[in-house]
Amino acid sequence: MALIVAIATQGIQMMLVLALAPLLTGFVRKVKARLLMRQGPPLLQPYRDLLRLVRKEVVLADNSSWLFRTAPYLIFAATWVAASLVPTFATGLMFSWSADLIAITALLGSARFFLALAGMDIGTSFGGIGSSREATFATLAEPAMMMMVFSVALIAGSTQLSTFSSFMVSPDVGLRVSLALALVALIIVAIAENARIPVDNPATHLELTMVHEAMVLEYSGRHLAVIELAAHLKLLLYASLIACLFIPWGLAKPGATAGDLAIGGATYFSKLAALGLLLGIFETAIAKMRVFRVAEFLGIALMLGLLATLLLFVSRSL
Amino acid sequence: MAAMFALVCCGFLLGTAILGILMSRARHAITLVYVSTLIISVAACANAVDFLLTAPSPAIAGLPLGLPWVGSHFRIDTLSAFFLALVNFGAAAASFYAVGYGQHEESPGRVLPFYPAFLAGMNLVLLADDAFTFLLSWELMSLTSWALVMAHHKEGDNARAGFIYLIMASFGAASLLLAFGLLAGAGGDYLFASIRELHHADLTSGLVLVLVLIGAGSKAGLVPLHVWLPLAHPAAPSHVSALMSGVMTKVAVYGFIRIAMDLLGAPQWWWAIVVLVVGAVTAVLGVLQALMEKDIKRILACSTIENIGIIFIGLGLALAFASNGFNAAAALALTAALLHALNHSFFKSLLFFGAGAVLGATHDRNIERMGGLIHRMPQTAVFMLAGSAAISALPPFNGFVSEWLMFQAVLVSPQLPQWGLKFFVPAVGAMMALAAALAAACFVRMYGVAFLGRPRSQEAREANETDQWSVTAMGLLAIICLLAGILPGVLIDALAPVTTTLTSAHMPVQTSDPWLSIVPISESRSSYNGLLVFIFISFSAMTAAFAIHRLASKSLRRSAAWDCGYPDPSPITQYTAASFGQPIRRVFGTTVFRATEHVDMPAPGLTRPAVYEARVHDVIWEMLYAPIASAVAIASGFLNKMQFLTIRRFLSLVFVALVVLLLGLAIWP
Repeated sequence: MALIVAIATQGIQMMLVLALAPLLTGFVRKVKARLLMRQGPPLLQPYRDLLRLVRKEVVLADNSSWLFRTAPYLIFAATWVAASLVPTFATGLMFSWSADLIAITALLGSARFFLALAGMDIGTSFGGIGSSREATFATLAEPAMMMMVFSVALIAGSTQLSTFSSFMVSPDVGLRVSLALALVALIIVAIAENARIPVDNPATHLELTMVHEAMVLEYSGRHLAVIELAAHLKLLLYASLIACLFIPWGLAKPGATAGDLAIGGATYFSKLAALGLLLGIFETAIAKMRVFRVAEFLGIALMLGLLATLLLFVSRSL
Repeated sequence: MAAMFALVCCGFLLGTAILGILMSRARHAITLVYVSTLIISVAACANAVDFLLTAPSPAIAGLPLGLPWVGSHFRIDTLSAFFLALVNFGAAAASFYAVGYGQHEESPGRVLPFYPAFLAGMNLVLLADDAFTFLLSWELMSLTSWALVMAHHKEGDNARAGFIYLIMASFGAASLLLAFGLLAGAGGDYLFASIRELHHADLTSGLVLVLVLIGAGSKAGLVPLHVWLPLAHPAAPSHVSALMSGVMTKVAVYGFIRIAMDLLGAPQWWWAIVVLVVGAVTAVLGVLQALMEKDIKRILACSTIENIGIIFIGLGLALAFASNGFNAAAALALTAALLHALNHSFFKSLLFFGAGAVLGATHDRNIERMGGLIHRMPQTAVFMLAGSAAISALPPFNGFVSEWLMFQAVLVSPQLPQWGLKFFVPAVGAMMALAAALAAACFVRMYGVAFLGRPRSQEAREANETDQWSVTAMGLLAIICLLAGILPGVLIDALAPVTTTLTSAHMPVQTSDPWLSIVPISESRSSYNGLLVFIFISFSAMTAAFAIHRLASKSLRRSAAWDCGYPDPSPITQYTAASFGQPIRRVFGTTVFRATEHVDMPAPGLTRPAVYEARVHDVIWEMLYAPIASAVAIASGFLNKMQFLTIRRFLSLVFVALVVLLLGLAIWP
């Protein structure tokens, strides 16, 4: 019985992230539109877009190989697995110990690897430019993320997200400089990885600004739908990660009752809404930066992460 | 018994080498030699694995060869058994591949005799139990591999590569000789058993460590002793490149472990800093250099430098923990290093085999002239993709597991009491993360430019899949890369006897964990389950594909690429390896390689072509080796005059030299 409940909770978690991901994107778009005094598309527009894409015919470039056609599913699978391993409404889910924060980072790395390869498969200059830039950003974003992981893992003595979030709600955390630095580093990485302004602007088709969009330029129909869904999932993943690591209150503990789970779900919703709102405000308030400035931007994240880790290495209380 | 069997295998390998000389012109010589090395390697590998899993006490064998009254001593313990298994498995894979690949060889007579001798040399290094045998086998390994590097000595830069390799190998061997001299002490007993008994002063053992780092490091490819590696490894035939990169560097790692962690006695904490810094610099510089290269085999060789750096980071951490008596943590770091060595031998062999297949199909090593090979060489493309994913440390492949363990070892290190280590270890962790991310970029670049896109040359357009032996060898290694990533617990448990020998501790038994996950310390701290991750990914990918194909429109149309409305039929408009690496070169290369770009853009209206030039300097070569080379040139030019002295002057020279030497001896306290 307990096993069935555990599997069911894990299943709910997997379906929940999948169902919520387009909504978060829709919400951010709505917030941005309202801040710009526009009406904006309805909240459910991303779902409609996905449905519309799924119904459309796939136009495949002559030169595309099997890699181009399988990559969307691999990207989606890796992102989905990573997203469902981040605690959203409850900690200590059945399979949460199968991969820790380092593995989640690496799973996102796998998704990026295949996305960058897919960008190069057709053999156009746009695909190449996107892949090349994505790879360059990743070379800085990944170590920055890793340093963030190191600093939170050293504070909690664990790389497991569940352990960390239960540690964070316990009173022995206190205020720590390292946590603040790590939070900033994680936010910078999240912005870069999700192709948000100021790093990238997927809403445009200008070769000077696009990174993510250039890689998926040749995709259409159901393949594009899967890739878009994976992108929504990635945004949700980073939002859940920030929520789970830095605002872990309300998460249901292992062996929680239905009431606890409901509270967990409700707080998760409000955390996502708050983070989406902040992201919308941030994006409307800032301008896109030049491609080579991104390296400096991510370098800041790397330095902050390293600093956070270094402080923990030399002192247990910072 | 096990040691004797291993020696018999070496004997058979040497016999095959002689057979290779005698039969080099015979019709079936290629098949005969490679099949027999394959059989011998499989037997030797099985012997080593069997020893590792069963026998607890070392087995000894002696041969009445070698120096008078000394003879040669051989011994197999868990450490050498692990490396014997690694080496012979790599050798078996390479021999299997070579049964097919060797047929394309133009001058088999230059390869067949040296190949088995090279394998025997590596085996003997691992078996040696006294300094004399060790150095002799080391030299056998170096010289036979040098001969293999020179197999195609008329092509390109191969002669220069061989020359530099020879110099670096001699330099490394000389350092090892000095190290053994210091280790043996005044008694001069070169048996490893008696060296272990000796107690060395702090200064002596520190000096030995540095000498070993130079000696083994020059063979493994540690920066700044790596310069020969990207030249020599690619110059050899591809199955030999795979052995040199995937396997011979591990023999050097063995040499380092044997001397620094076994013979030298208790480590001091500052050794760890030296090893860690060298390892971290090696990792980052190696992969950055790989990102600048265009030659597919040189990319792989440079990536070997990176992986060796990562292995040495693990060894450095193990030394740091061991010097403070944290045996469990030392076992974790050592396991990570050894597992990475094993994993690297798997995927680097696979990648070199793939490079050999590509080289055979396109007759070119420059990836800028490839492209679209995924269509023409479908099987090679799949296996190369698996290898690239594994080396980029992507879960669920095996490369990720060892890097994950390495990160776990870094995360234990705040307990270390020394301030120097407290400052260095997190920086090393950052360098390792940076190297991992750069490796992923490097292999996206290599795979994307060589296998994806449109063909950039006629050869690439007409490339054909390689022979079935080579394809099978690659396929087997690809499956092993996946299996080792899914079930790493089995390998970690197999490593337990090795770490017990060296650190008197081992990681918790993994195979008894539920769901076969790996737990380095405790489950609340960290755990990873490759099997579940693999099942999860396959499940969600298949669910997605199934759902989409059930619900979505199935219609599909082939058409020209869209490319924002301006598709260009010429394949040279694609992104190339150089353009792919340009942003990374700009971000990292300006300081590391002093990279400069020069754009000569004619004014509007002029018809002269625009010129774009990017220049990358090999700083280490220019700062370290070029001055040495020019100093040697100047000195030899100066000394050249000595050749033409009269007999009277020669005699006075000898006399003066004798007086000076005697004076020195008299003043010496």
